[in-house]
Amino acid sequence: MKRIVELTINGEPRDMAVETCRSLLDALRDDVGLTGTKKGCDVGDCGACTVLVDGEPVNACLMLAVEAEGRSVETIEGLQPGVDTLHPLQDAFMRHGASQCGFCTPGILMMAKKLLDDNPRPTDEDIRFGLSGNICRCTGYTKIFDAIKSAAREMEAARS
Amino acid sequence: MRRFEYHRAETLEEASRLLTDLGDDSFLFAGGTDLLVEIRERLRRVRNVIDVKQIPGLSDITYDETRGLTFGALVTVGRLERLPLVRQRYPNLRAAFASLGSIQVRNRATVVGNICRASPSADTIPPLIADGAFVHIYSRTNMRVIPLAEFFTGPGKSVLAKGEIVTGITVPPAGDNTGKAYIKHGRRKAMELSTVGVAVSLTMEDGVCNDIRIALGAVGATVLRAPEAEAMLRGTTLDAVTVKSAADKAMEECTPISNVRASADYRRDMVGVLTGRAIKQALEAFA
Ligand SMILES: Cc1cc2nc3c(=O)[nH]c(=O)nc-3n(C[C@@H](O)[C@@H](O)[C@H](O)COP(=O)(O)OP(=O)(O)OC[C@H]3O[C@@H](n4cnc5c(N)ncnc54)[C@H](O)[C@@H]3O)c2cc1C
Ligand code: FES
Ligand code: FES
Repeated sequence: MKRIVELTINGEPRDMAVETCRSLLDALRDDVGLTGTKKGCDVGDCGACTVLVDGEPVNACLMLAVEAEGRSVETIEGLQPGVDTLHPLQDAFMRHGASQCGFCTPGILMMAKKLLDDNPRPTDEDIRFGLSGNICRCTGYTKIFDAIKSAAREMEAARS
Repeated sequence: MRRFEYHRAETLEEASRLLTDLGDDSFLFAGGTDLLVEIRERLRRVRNVIDVKQIPGLSDITYDETRGLTFGALVTVGRLERLPLVRQRYPNLRAAFASLGSIQVRNRATVVGNICRASPSADTIPPLIADGAFVHIYSRTNMRVIPLAEFFTGPGKSVLAKGEIVTGITVPPAGDNTGKAYIKHGRRKAMELSTVGVAVSLTMEDGVCNDIRIALGAVGATVLRAPEAEAMLRGTTLDAVTVKSAADKAMEECTPISNVRASADYRRDMVGVLTGRAIKQALEAFA
């Protein structure tokens, strides 16, 4: 059975007609065409599908699209503040080489955005705890940590 | 993804009626972190899910010094984990909550769902049993409140009859003379199911332990108490020698199996080590 789901995606009101057993992840990728959010495992283990729903990070693979009715969903496509401007985290990830194959990157960026919004000066331990649901098979995490800490400093400097 | 029908219940009565009317292979749907995984991995045949998240009154958290902590079936692990009261008064629950899956999972997973899945390795169960928690159960004819320790009948099985719904959990108040701990033991620090989980909740008066409950996770068909070990500890000062022999007794009282995560022998050894360690940690509240 299909239902019309009204929601906000990256600040814009949208409606999507979805099968009620469809995951939010599949709906975003296949029905809405936002393929930035990745599917690594489809069972909550890898974090590649992380999106923010009403500001809280969740695994889009473990949520049904119909549950997003009336909610605000932020995906990686909404992270950039403007067409030609990057979010400081995106910029830092590029400069530090924190992305290799890139499959984990959208999920990690969404998680890192939430982390820095709540905690502008995270310690290594805070980052480790915050990212424990995001797996990266390529980088060994060191450069991801460097990039997050560097973005944190730049965001702090920009505020003061 | 295997297909299933989605229903949204607005009241407990409607959810309960749907559960009975839709027949077998129909399940309540809360955070979906077990249900959706089991559907994808074809571990459970599901034809209907009944979303309970629109039912009013199931999202409250209350605390008072006589009744204790009560939370509804829709309260997520993440919400409780972040609650200052839980950090301050229930360090055992806090340890269990913070160790369950990832932040993303905890934002969706409910504690009640963790209990209703009735896995012997579920992290929230041992500390809730050690604290003497109660389960509130709705049915269309009769509401009941039972001790959590009597809720489980086997792996994945509980006393819930068809059409019954858990509405919430009450944890007795955390008095000043109580000490609590939960230690989860896995192969790595995060995103890991328990190989063994040990919870201890105790009360001390004038240096003597007048009550203690030990709950052991992932070493039996359900989370187990260790009644003989507890009896050896009651009325003592919890000196090292008594704690050591009680920990040895707990090893005899558990009934672990071998699986991909660990052998039965290893699990039994860890019950001994962690019981001693959890008692020590619970006593730190009095230091
Ligand atoms: C990646 C990942 C990591 C995880 N790590 C851990 C871990 O470390 N430790 C751990 O213990 N668990 C872990 N889990 C499982 C944990 O998330 C679940 O057990 C969760 O707590 C279940 O709650 P839910 O709201 O998601 O339940 P659902 O999946 O919605 O439901 C679970 C079961 O409970 C039933 N149910 C739900 N609500 C009620 C109710 N009110 N009354 C009666 N029955 C009900 C459902 O019908 C279903 O059978 C993990 C899961 C994932 C995906
Ligand atoms: S795709 Fe959702 S967690 Fe892996
Ligand atoms: S960059 Fe390849 S998985 Fe992280």
